[in-house]
Amino acid sequence: MPGLMLASAAGSDSQRTLYPYVTGTSVVGIKYKDGILLAADMGGSYGSTLRYKTVERMKPVGKHSIIGASGELSDFQEIMRYLDELILNDNMWDDGNSLGPKEVLNYLTRVMYNRRNKFNPLWNSLVLGGIKNGQKYLGTVSMIGVHYEDNHVATGFGNHLARPILRDEWHEDMTFEEGVKLLEKCMRVLLYRDRSAVNKLQIAKITEEGVTISQPYS
Amino acid sequence: MCRTCVAIAGADYCVIAADTRMSTGYSILTRDYSKIIQLADKSVMASSGFQADVRALQKVLAARHLIYQHQHNKQMSCPAMAQLLSNTLYYKRFFPYYAFNVLGGLDSEGKGCVFTYDAVGSYERVGYSAQGSGSTLITPFLDNQLKSPSPLLLPAKDAVTPLSESEAIDLVKTCFASATERDIYTGDKLEILVLNASGIRREYMELRKD
Repeated sequence: MPGLMLASAAGSDSQRTLYPYVTGTSVVGIKYKDGILLAADMGGSYGSTLRYKTVERMKPVGKHSIIGASGELSDFQEIMRYLDELILNDNMWDDGNSLGPKEVLNYLTRVMYNRRNKFNPLWNSLVLGGIKNGQKYLGTVSMIGVHYEDNHVATGFGNHLARPILRDEWHEDMTFEEGVKLLEKCMRVLLYRDRSAVNKLQIAKITEEGVTISQPYS
Repeated sequence: MCRTCVAIAGADYCVIAADTRMSTGYSILTRDYSKIIQLADKSVMASSGFQADVRALQKVLAARHLIYQHQHNKQMSCPAMAQLLSNTLYYKRFFPYYAFNVLGGLDSEGKGCVFTYDAVGSYERVGYSAQGSGSTLITPFLDNQLKSPSPLLLPAKDAVTPLSESEAIDLVKTCFASATERDIYTGDKLEILVLNASGIRREYMELRKD
């Protein structure tokens, strides 16, 4: 009957992400001597309103990686559910091997790409960093499935404001203090110039020993 | 996403080259991204276009090649890979892979071969080809320098250049140096793969970074 058909057509449309609602702004990441450093502020904007001021946009993934997300925060929470399932299945094998950062980013790239192909994207730009067996890895994937790895990455506004600073001042084997100073410089510039940035940030560090996410500070 | 790739076929070698810049809009995302993939021991593909689609296409072809090896106990020849790539692209005729490819390699007689594609799989064996944002700058130059294997000549002549391997590499380097000057999406570094009877060799050349 036509009435029923209309309802189902409208239903399928409301199941797609059309535009983001609550968003996080840039994430910046660099490789340093002992591993990876990521920085992200703790804001969740609802359009032009700063609705949430204590949002953790960086989370550890398994033993070897850390993920930072910008974009739609509810989609980030769904990505964390996917990753929890992935890591759980990996642990269930109980074979002494665990997923490294490259593998996790590859999985996420496939997820983002396939969602994009179904016209229902996860509206996020993700940064994934980690270190496994001494090999450091820092990469990023966008909402349309474009991914790459580099010595320093950023999402959103970070690409325009932070990447130039990093290209100029990043060098191999930075110490932890140098790395934090560099990231703080980037976050300061983002605070000046990005409307959706807030003055409360976290810095996450991942080394062979594990993940440390700092307390929020400004 | 767009970048540039070039391939030139010789009598017993094939040169495939692509720049390593990845960009979006007016930003550069990374300066060191390889677009060339070796699909079989005598087939190498370089693609420009939308990076996520290129990556998916590379994975599909690599998987199909693995299956072929399991079923036939040998590597795929370059003309066979060429047909496979064409069919894979046409399979998505109504939601295409936004990828512009050149496939290069050695055919079963050991002669160099280059196949050039559009986004939906139409292909042709040629003596040389360029794809991507810099192709409009490079192709006329190659037409001028390589009259013999040109697809513009009639009757169609032998699709290999009379150049030696080192001359062809120099020609490719010149092409990219010039394309980098005028195309904003081309630059950073040039990756060159040379396929010949003794195997595969990789070379790099710095390009302008602006």
